[in-house]
Amino acid sequence: MSLSRKRNDILFFALCVLPPLLLYMVFYIYPTLNTFWLSLFEYSGIGGAMTFVGLENFAYILKDEHLLKSFGNNLILMLFVPFPTLIIALGSAAALSRKDLKERNFYRTVFFFPSILSFVVVAIVWYFIYSPNSGLLNNCLNALGLKALALPWLGDSRTALGAIIVVLIWQAFGYYMVMYIAGIDSIPQELYEAAEVDGASPFKQFYKITIPLLWPVIRITLVFMIGGTITISFLVANVLTAGGPNFATDTALNQMYRQGTINANYGYAMAIAVVVFLFSMILSMISNRLTNREEKTHG
Amino acid sequence: MADSSFIAKSFARWTTRLIFIFLSLVVLYPLFWNLMASLKSNTELMDNNAFALPKVPHFDNYARAFRKAHMGEYMFNSIYVTVASLVVLYLLTLTSAYGLTRYRNWLSSTIKTIYQAGLFIQVTVLVIPIFLLLNSIGLTNSREGLILVYAVGALPFSVYLLTGYMVSLPMDYEEAAMIDGCGRWRTLFTIIAPLVQPGLITVMIFNFFTFWNEYILALTLIYDDAKRTLPIGLSNLFEVARYATDWGALFAALSIVLIPTIVVYSFTQKKLTEGVTAGGIKG
Repeated sequence: MSLSRKRNDILFFALCVLPPLLLYMVFYIYPTLNTFWLSLFEYSGIGGAMTFVGLENFAYILKDEHLLKSFGNNLILMLFVPFPTLIIALGSAAALSRKDLKERNFYRTVFFFPSILSFVVVAIVWYFIYSPNSGLLNNCLNALGLKALALPWLGDSRTALGAIIVVLIWQAFGYYMVMYIAGIDSIPQELYEAAEVDGASPFKQFYKITIPLLWPVIRITLVFMIGGTITISFLVANVLTAGGPNFATDTALNQMYRQGTINANYGYAMAIAVVVFLFSMILSMISNRLTNREEKTHG
Repeated sequence: MADSSFIAKSFARWTTRLIFIFLSLVVLYPLFWNLMASLKSNTELMDNNAFALPKVPHFDNYARAFRKAHMGEYMFNSIYVTVASLVVLYLLTLTSAYGLTRYRNWLSSTIKTIYQAGLFIQVTVLVIPIFLLLNSIGLTNSREGLILVYAVGALPFSVYLLTGYMVSLPMDYEEAAMIDGCGRWRTLFTIIAPLVQPGLITVMIFNFFTFWNEYILALTLIYDDAKRTLPIGLSNLFEVARYATDWGALFAALSIVLIPTIVVYSFTQKKLTEGVTAGGIKG
């Protein structure tokens, strides 16, 4: 009885765990490993020859001007998306968790909303904000008498990437704000009360209590923001500008996608993917190192 | 003295309030504008007055979006793919999270680690190798292939979140159920599933939006127009409308994608924001 029961149990757990695991290995882990494997080959499609070329694809990346320009755009996005997103999200979270405003839940609901929109919807909505003549932005500028500032935002290679940066911040800040609000809400209220008694201003409370206690959450969200910026900029640019004008909004993933779909240049596409992967890992590690407060106080 | 600090406080409160009202407008007005534009005639849309409201509501934009731009078919495909992916994900997540929390040894902790590795790899980056894989096993251009990729792609996050709910569950329930002669499978689906319902609901709501909105995999893996989902239909229409200038139909199509999102969001936003705090991760 007990032995067959045990055997039945093992069978049950195997049936629970193994089928999902198998699917996961095939449809998730295998494509991941294949990315690295294929990056060492010249390969142009099913049935085509696969020639081992070692690191040649990677060597070619260094000579590919358009691709280097795209990596440059990725770097610019990294400089100008995560940090402003963090500031806006954290500032809003701090202000909303002070509970002075009766309608605080309304703001929370509204700001979170863009993060669950389809990137296609986001891209089209912003296309009509930026549209040169009938766009909302230029209409606003004209109404304010700033006609000189009304530019063709997406059509000008000097402003296009900046325009995308604004879209990315608009899309993501509410999501992180909700995470920060939750983090702030879990800070013991007595700390703020004590600070209040000591006469500490809201700003001082923010620097001395909120920031240090929220630090672990901030560190994690920075890593999310790095990954999010890489993929979301690719998706938004793919619909909104197709990387143009003149590669101004092209990112490395846009190039990977084109090499993989239009050119069927799979080996090269995968080499780009590997570099993007390493790029985001290195940035995450740098961010983790820079935000490691423990080490700073000890060293 | 008390008076001046009161004034200072309410001044600060109104300053923050004004900033938040401005931010709310920045978020909401473009969406409101799109919904309004979906009711305008094409001549109204051409006259460059962004702030005007529609003179008479033009529901024919929606008729054109459904009839000429096939938004009805895309919507059917989107509903099918989203619902089926959620069902598959439900089964995969419930069974594997249960197995991994109740059967603990070196093997299950290794498997957990493999799932956690997936949290750091975004499916978007894998679009090309996934395409190659599906192509080699004949699953491209198939809604079922897409469903499988969606469900599996959501697995690391979902398993991670649900195991969190499972560990805190006492064993007593299952033992009592099994003494009563309830089989393993029935115990899992009729006793355990309701107990971890908050976690399951969070997983389902999160992934509803992910699947409903997904763009790049659907674009790459499906090439038959009749099998495409709403985001792809919408982006194609956007490409065409740029040149053919049937803006009215485009805005109507955009609203067709947007309105279900607004409706589902208004019912689930509380659960959703709880999920952000519980799991903290979304691709």
